[in-house]
Amino acid sequence: MQVTEKAGVGDAAVNSKQLLLWGGYALVLGLAPLLFDSSLSQSLLSQIGIAIIVCLSYNLLLGQGGLVSFGHAVYSGMGAYLAMHTLNRISGGWPLPVSLIPLVGGLGSALLALLLGWVTTRRAGTAFAMITFGVGELIWAAALVLPGFFGGEGGVSGNRVAGSAPLGLTFGPQIQLYYLIVIYTLICTGLMYALTRTPLGRLLNAVRDNPERVAFVGYNPQWVRYLVFVISAFFAGIAGGLSALHYEIVSSDVLSAHRSGLLLLFTFVGGSTLFVGPILGAVLMVLALGVLPGVTPAWLLYLGVVFVVVVMVAPGGLAALLVGLWRQARQGDWRRLWPWRLALLVSLSIAVTPVLAWVEMLYRLQQVDILGPSLVFFGLPLDVFSPANWLATAAVAIVGAALCWLSQRVLAQKVLP
Amino acid sequence: MITPLFPPAGAALALVDLHKSFGSTQIIRDLSLAVAPGERVAIIGPNGAGKSTLFDLISGRFAPSAGQIWLAGQRIDGKKPFQINRLGLARSFQISQLFPTLSVFDNLRCATMWRQGLGYTFWRLLSSLTDTNARTQTLMQRLQLDGLANTSAQQLSYAQQRVLELGMTLASDAPVLLLDEPTAGMSRSETTQFMGLIDELTRGKTLLMVEHDMSVVFGLATKIAVLVQGELLAYDTPDAVRSNPLVQQAYLGAVLSTPELTSGSQHRPSPQPSPGAGEGENSRFASVVSKA
Repeated sequence: MQVTEKAGVGDAAVNSKQLLLWGGYALVLGLAPLLFDSSLSQSLLSQIGIAIIVCLSYNLLLGQGGLVSFGHAVYSGMGAYLAMHTLNRISGGWPLPVSLIPLVGGLGSALLALLLGWVTTRRAGTAFAMITFGVGELIWAAALVLPGFFGGEGGVSGNRVAGSAPLGLTFGPQIQLYYLIVIYTLICTGLMYALTRTPLGRLLNAVRDNPERVAFVGYNPQWVRYLVFVISAFFAGIAGGLSALHYEIVSSDVLSAHRSGLLLLFTFVGGSTLFVGPILGAVLMVLALGVLPGVTPAWLLYLGVVFVVVVMVAPGGLAALLVGLWRQARQGDWRRLWPWRLALLVSLSIAVTPVLAWVEMLYRLQQVDILGPSLVFFGLPLDVFSPANWLATAAVAIVGAALCWLSQRVLAQKVLP
Repeated sequence: MITPLFPPAGAALALVDLHKSFGSTQIIRDLSLAVAPGERVAIIGPNGAGKSTLFDLISGRFAPSAGQIWLAGQRIDGKKPFQINRLGLARSFQISQLFPTLSVFDNLRCATMWRQGLGYTFWRLLSSLTDTNARTQTLMQRLQLDGLANTSAQQLSYAQQRVLELGMTLASDAPVLLLDEPTAGMSRSETTQFMGLIDELTRGKTLLMVEHDMSVVFGLATKIAVLVQGELLAYDTPDAVRSNPLVQQAYLGAVLSTPELTSGSQHRPSPQPSPGAGEGENSRFASVVSKA
């Protein structure tokens, strides 16, 4: 879905290639639960759908508008709270179908952004980042002192089987909820993509590039930021509403700065410069947060390192990296270079894997009293008290680094004739 | 001096006792000026005379410390840049202010959208805006930028960026234009060609232009305003300005002490004027004045 346009005519029609991409996207979302049918994977897939909406909404600010927000979780989180309270009202007899609850979350968040955004979007850049952070902390602090609305430590819970069940859909079974999420995800993705191709969407890019010039062609850059901020909050609120239905409980951590930070991190890692980037980031986010903590105690460290590496090496994120590789693959060079690229990749993993082993061993050293000195790393038994293990892994790392250096050199010579 | 009967009825743009100071530094002092519709005014003067600040005041980048600015009978001083633009005044910048990652087409389209009545529309796709797209296409052809529609602004050559900068100013169809050194940094041949383009595209519009290239100034302008240390020294036809004793005194006096009398040397715009730059300009200026 990379935006390549022919002026006036070509930015027009959805061409066949795009139609294929959209069809594939819908097909993958629709068929995924047939392939992964355990209850864990259904839950993860639901979370992915929700994460896609919230990451895309975040990227309206980050990628499209050049606005780094440290408080986006306020809008997804408040959407979740409003949705949960609405759900409980429905259980109490309100005549609203459960399937519309996410919309309530979205509208509520948009209303909140209408109020808070007026202050937040006065400025761009650092000031914007700071104000969003401050507002986020404010709301989070409010959550702790207003247990009536936020439910205090325990949060607010509800039961999504409530009200009437049109077509027999109660959304009790996870699979029914999943398809509700898919419908919302597809519609929201489509709407946000369309937004990038409207006058406001293009002005948002202009404000990102040069807000002062925007003011001299008749537009108020603050107003552009404000409108998009509200729209972004609307979609974040929808995602929040879906997450309330998914978890059936909302607690104050959904509003936390940590949550906002994760949105920034994964949207960036996925790629903020392309429309598909945040979708990739969302998938990574759910997999990383859902699977990594069970595999390694050092998962937060790894996330941090990945973020830093992406910022430094691939500022366009994984999406831009993949698109770049794809373009190279279509050029003739690829045939000549791929063995050496593969060599680089392999030697890189030879160099990095022992480092991971070290990290795991260091973490184990901290808890050696409880968990004992031996651990299994990728099927390999390691003992943190054995100097031979430490030295051997270090030796492998050095060999890997040397191979990296070598293949990098060869590659550099091949690229520059 | 100019009589205090300001603003004269029918002026496209009128400045009344305009004053601007930053801290204790006075940049513009008691400046009054009326520009008739269709007039082409060149504003000349040494570096630091306040030419760019004057444009910043008129276009709303800064609010004046005192005085009034009238655009077609309407007070605009203190208004925001986007409000002034909507009232019919567009400006260009000495250092091109483009949207670097957007295509040439999108740069121009963004600049023309407000005038097309699109506002902050987010319920219509750009591709469905047949009128706006056709107008943008026409403007690109008139600027001789067609073929570069999909090129991003940051990939353009320097001269092309200057043309696009002019295009962004023209795109809003404003009747009053402020051009801040449009040919700055262009080569001699580029300048000649570009001035032809400006002449053609701004026909019928009221034009104010800061320009250092004197051949350009005296070729295009119908009126010349001489600005020295924030004050209006003269405002008259090119011929009258040439023979104005005040102007001659101000500039010839300065030039006798400097040996160089070259005219038309090129300089790229720099954010900060170098200490010696003013002298060179004065002498170039004087060489034109002394021809009278």
